[in-house]
Amino acid sequence: MNASASSITPANRSWQRFKANRKALFGLGVLILFLLAAVGAAQLAPYDQLAMGASFHPPSAVHLLGTDSLGEDIFTNILYGARTSLIVGFCAVITSTILGTLVGATAGYFGGAPDTVLMRVTEMFQILPQFFLAIVIVALFGSSIWNVILVIGVLTWPVTARLLRAEFLTLRNREFVDAARSLGMSDFDIITREILPNALPPIIVNCTLQISSAILLETSLSFLGLGDPNVMSWGTMLHNAQDFFSRAWWMAAFPGLALFLATLSLNLVGDGLNDALNPKNI
Amino acid sequence: MSLILYLLKRLLYTLPLMAGAIAIIFFLIHAAPGDPVDYLIGEAGASQEVVDRLRAQMGLDRPVIVQFGIYAFEVLAGNLGYSVVSGAPVLTLILERFPATLLLMATQYTLAAIIGITLGVVSARRPNSATDNVITFFSLASFAIPVFWLGQMMILIFGYYLDWFPIQGMTNLRKGYTGFAYVLDVAYHLTLPALTLAIYNVGLVLRLTRSSVIQVTGQDYIKVARAKGLSERTVLFKHALRNALLPVVTVIGVEIPGLIAGAVLAETVFGWPGLGRLTLDAINARDYPLLMGMFLFICLFVILANLVVDLLYAALDPRIRYS
Repeated sequence: MNASASSITPANRSWQRFKANRKALFGLGVLILFLLAAVGAAQLAPYDQLAMGASFHPPSAVHLLGTDSLGEDIFTNILYGARTSLIVGFCAVITSTILGTLVGATAGYFGGAPDTVLMRVTEMFQILPQFFLAIVIVALFGSSIWNVILVIGVLTWPVTARLLRAEFLTLRNREFVDAARSLGMSDFDIITREILPNALPPIIVNCTLQISSAILLETSLSFLGLGDPNVMSWGTMLHNAQDFFSRAWWMAAFPGLALFLATLSLNLVGDGLNDALNPKNI
Repeated sequence: MSLILYLLKRLLYTLPLMAGAIAIIFFLIHAAPGDPVDYLIGEAGASQEVVDRLRAQMGLDRPVIVQFGIYAFEVLAGNLGYSVVSGAPVLTLILERFPATLLLMATQYTLAAIIGITLGVVSARRPNSATDNVITFFSLASFAIPVFWLGQMMILIFGYYLDWFPIQGMTNLRKGYTGFAYVLDVAYHLTLPALTLAIYNVGLVLRLTRSSVIQVTGQDYIKVARAKGLSERTVLFKHALRNALLPVVTVIGVEIPGLIAGAVLAETVFGWPGLGRLTLDAINARDYPLLMGMFLFICLFVILANLVVDLLYAALDPRIRYS
């Protein structure tokens, strides 16, 4: 905490710990590859999206991962699928984090009746079979990608809310918060400028893990045929592969592998962040 | 507090949950674009006479709160509406398929629990050893793997490539087995889907058992057991595991919705004739009453299952009843 140690910031120390974790580094590497694939899909793809060639072409030099029943290049579709998955993951988690933060911060900071009411609602949301509710909502309101994002975001906030409430409960009685209060800071300022920054580490970890579950939820919906017909999704690719097992194993193998690697890398990064940001947990 | 009082308290607690689930569906029907009646008769349409009758039945000309009352009463009386496709009561359709899903879920979870608890204890014996690292990696993979893809790969490897197991359905319809041969045939068809789901769920049980056993082994009574000269196996499986299992039981309750979702996805891959197949057909036909009925039915199942888990927990651990 003295001036000479100012070059070793907490962020710096956390990065040192993160770097020492091989699993987390592997996850980060894979994740960066997926980010590059998503951003540069149009440039990297060997074929145009929706370009059709020979159907059921096995993996070869011409079609790296083969073609599907319509003759579309699987590798191209996987690249565009990465874009969809990451967009869904990030946007849904931003939505759920905003909702969860609002609920959790209010409940944890004020306590009492607001806390009781909000936590009852949260518990109720948590016990609801989210997957089936998502199916009903997407079937009723249409399966556009933004609809799916909104549904996932609205259904997955309880985890964040409970986490944040717990953080607020421990932080709200700490000395620096008392100090801010005695200086006459408003509740809003105390929440946003004093407590929230201190509650960030668990939120960041939670976000990383939530992105992977959001991606899994989206692909599960598209696997059941509730995907947005206008965008490529790994779930839709697996849905289409279902009818052609005997003819084209590559239609199922590669999109699923991409999905598996994406969720695995997000979980590894999340676990690594957890260890790096909360050293006392080790 | 006695166990009966505890049971009553928990039962009372389930009422608002069910009311909440019904309210959500009611709200969705009314918020969705179009007339609520459209969702009950489907795209095929119906004669004006039927539409009018439905409208009167649902009380659509009455205030919203009365409509909700009518709807909630119907649902609680077991009327979940009628399928758009077959016209059969939704509840009948669901109950027809439910046993198959239940069989799959029970089998896979027994498998997952046996494998997960064993691996968890082995892994907790020497944390951070090579064995522990391999098992931890397996549990990480189990968390991340999409269950439907895992199922597809199982079919490709064990169904098509090795040709060891049947790939679709629950029975061999052509053979028409009866009696014990029928049971064997179902078990044969059950192997791949149950194994798929067990691999998918094992990570959770494993991770919980591991951390729970590690926590318990630091306690005094374990030291006493060791000091008495009991073998390591007896200490771990007889003394540590019993207490470590309590949190595992609770989490099963919390995870039930996830378990059903996993089962439904796996069923779709394997053509297992349970709720999964029914869901897929309902989605394809946009059979809204069936989808909504399924949601309400699963809500009820989850709430009841949680109640059972809570009671089990209270019976196992008297401290819970007094807190």
